[in-house]
Amino acid sequence: MDTDQIIPARFLKATDREGFGDNLFRDWRFDENDRPKQNFILNCKEYGGSILLAGKNFGSGSSREHAAWALFDFGFRVVVSSFFADIFRNNALNNGLLPVQVSDGFLAMLMESVEKDPSLEIEVDLEKQRIRLSGTGEEEIFEINAYKKQCLLNGYDDIDYLVSILDKVRDFEKIRDNA
Amino acid sequence: MAKTIFDKIWEKHVVDRIPDGPDVLYIDRHFIHEVTSPQAFTGLERRGIPVFRPDRTFASPDHNVPTINQHLTIGDRLSRLQVEKLTENCNKHNIRLFHLMHENHGIVHIIGPELGITQPGQTIVCGDSHTATHGAFGTIAFGIGTSEVEMVLASQCLLQYKPRQMRITVEGELKPGVVAKDVILYIISKLSADGGTGYFVEYAGSAFRNMSMEARMTVCNMSIEMGARGGLIAPDKITFEYIKGRKYAPEGSELDKKIREWKELRTDEGARFDMEYKFNASDIPPMITYGTNPGMGIPVDHPIPDKKGEERSLEYMGLEKGQRLLGMPVNYVFIGSCTNARIEDFRAVAGLVKGRQKAPNIRAYLIPGSKQVERQIDEEGLREILAGAGFEIRQPGCSACLGMNEDKVPRGEYCVSTSNRNFEGRQGPESRTILASPLTAAATALSGKITDVRTLI
Repeated sequence: MDTDQIIPARFLKATDREGFGDNLFRDWRFDENDRPKQNFILNCKEYGGSILLAGKNFGSGSSREHAAWALFDFGFRVVVSSFFADIFRNNALNNGLLPVQVSDGFLAMLMESVEKDPSLEIEVDLEKQRIRLSGTGEEEIFEINAYKKQCLLNGYDDIDYLVSILDKVRDFEKIRDNA
Repeated sequence: MAKTIFDKIWEKHVVDRIPDGPDVLYIDRHFIHEVTSPQAFTGLERRGIPVFRPDRTFASPDHNVPTINQHLTIGDRLSRLQVEKLTENCNKHNIRLFHLMHENHGIVHIIGPELGITQPGQTIVCGDSHTATHGAFGTIAFGIGTSEVEMVLASQCLLQYKPRQMRITVEGELKPGVVAKDVILYIISKLSADGGTGYFVEYAGSAFRNMSMEARMTVCNMSIEMGARGGLIAPDKITFEYIKGRKYAPEGSELDKKIREWKELRTDEGARFDMEYKFNASDIPPMITYGTNPGMGIPVDHPIPDKKGEERSLEYMGLEKGQRLLGMPVNYVFIGSCTNARIEDFRAVAGLVKGRQKAPNIRAYLIPGSKQVERQIDEEGLREILAGAGFEIRQPGCSACLGMNEDKVPRGEYCVSTSNRNFEGRQGPESRTILASPLTAAATALSGKITDVRTLI
C-alpha cells in the first residue's frame, strides 16, 4: 500500500494540513464520475471506527506527510499492518497516528474476524504496547521506540525539544567550522 | 574499529545523543519545494520561531509546475497559490529560491548536484523520498516528511535512529544497451519493493566505479523503491572532477583541502554490514516492469512470471501471467523525472533517435530536469534531432512522473516511462506505467511497441 493510493498526487495542492481526509484512498473509494464505489470497504456502512487494518509495506513510496494527515483527518488514530515503510512510520508518529506492527498471522486473524463480524472491537493500549481483539481476547505485544512512546503519551513534540537545544547546535557548528 | 562511509559521515554529524533515544543529527543541506513545505512554514509561524539557518536551505518549485509557457501566470489556481506560497515563504525567511524563470530552476535533485550544492560527506534532506539521489556523491541523503522539514527549518537538525546498513556489490562490465537504470531495476527486482526497508545502502564494486556521476545518481535515486532510506557510493576522482567549477563548489586551495577530506570517505576493510548482496554486471539485461510496484521487473524479453499475490496488480495493468511485453503496442513515452532527466540521458536518447522518426501512434514527452539541461539540449544540437523525430520537448519539472500538473497519461493507456514509480494511478487515474531506461523508452517511441534496444544498436 503506497502513499499514492492513500492520497493521489493531484490532491496535494493545498497549503494547510486540514481536509485531506476527503480524498483519502480517492481512486479506490470513488469512480471516475466521483461516485462512491460500493464494493470498497470504507464505503460499507458496517465498517466504522478509528483503527485501520491494512496490508504489508504500508505507506511505501512518496514521503508525502499528506498520507498521514489524510488518515488522521478521516478519523483514523491507529493503523495496523504487518510491515510499515520507514518514512510513513515517522510521519504517522509525528502526527499522533499510531502505527502498530503485528505478525502476518495476527493481522490475518484480525482481518478474518472483523470481516466475519464487523461489530467486533479492537483495543490498542499504547502504555502496555498491546493490541487485543475483544471477544476472543487474542492479543499481541507491539514494538515502539521508547522515545516516541513517551512523546505520544505526554504530547511532546520533536520541534519543542530541538528548539530547546539550539545552543548545543551552535556550539557544534562552531567546533566544526573551526576544524 | 573498521567503519563504513555511512558510519564516518553519521558520527561527524551527531550533535547530541538522547539516552535510550535517537541521535540529534546535524543537516548540512536542505532542499525544499512547493508541495511539502508550506505546512512547515505555517508551523514555524504558529510557534513564533524563525528559520535557524536560512543559508543552508535551497528552494525550487518542481512538483506542481506546468511544463509549457512557464513565462505566463500558472493557469491552475491551486498550483499557482502553492508556487506563490513558496516564493512568499522564501522571501520572508531569506531562503535562496530558484524560481520558475530563474536560469538555475529545475527539479531539486537535479539542480543540487548541477550547482555544486551537493558535496561528499554531507547530510542532505528534502521533503521528497528521492532525496536518495544525492547519495551518488558519498552523502547521507534521505527523504523526510513535512513535520521533519519544520524541524530542520527550526534547528538544522533531525532526531534520527541510525539505520541498519546493507552493501550491494556489482562487479564487472555492463553489456551493450544496458545502463544504470537497468542496474537499479534489476537490483530492486531481486530484493523486492520492501527488501531494503530499515536499511541504508552502500553500492560498491566496479560497475558503479565505472559509472559517470549522472549514472550513479540514477542508481541512488531509486534506493527508496526497495524501501531503503537512502543509498550512497564512495566519492572518487570522477566525483571530484564533476564538482570542480560548479557554481556553489569550493575553489582553489579550499577545494584541494576538501578533496583531501573527501578521499577519507571509503569503507574500511572488514567493516560490518547487516546485509550483503552481490551481483554480476554481465548478468544484467535491459529491464522493464510489468506490475504496480518497482520490484515487479523482468528482462525486457522475458514473459511475465507466475507469482502468487500479483493477480490484482496484473488485472490493473491489463496483463496476464506468461504474456510477453516485447512487441506490445503502447501510445505514450515519458522521458524525464529526477531519475532520468539529465543531459547524458538526452544525449543517449538522441544518439539512438538520430536519423529516425517516432512511430505515428506514439506521444513522446521529453522533460529536461533543469533549465541548464534544457540549454545544453539546445547548445548540443539535440533539440533538432529530438524535435525533428517527433518528440515533444517541454520545460523543466517533475511532470508526468507523478501527474500533479496537467501532464498525465490517459485512463487505460500504457506509458513506457523513465521515472521511478509504477504505482496505480501514479501518472494519472487508471494510467498504466511501465518503467524502463531512457534507451528502452526511446526504442519504444521509435517502433510504437515495447522494444529491446539491443536490436537497434
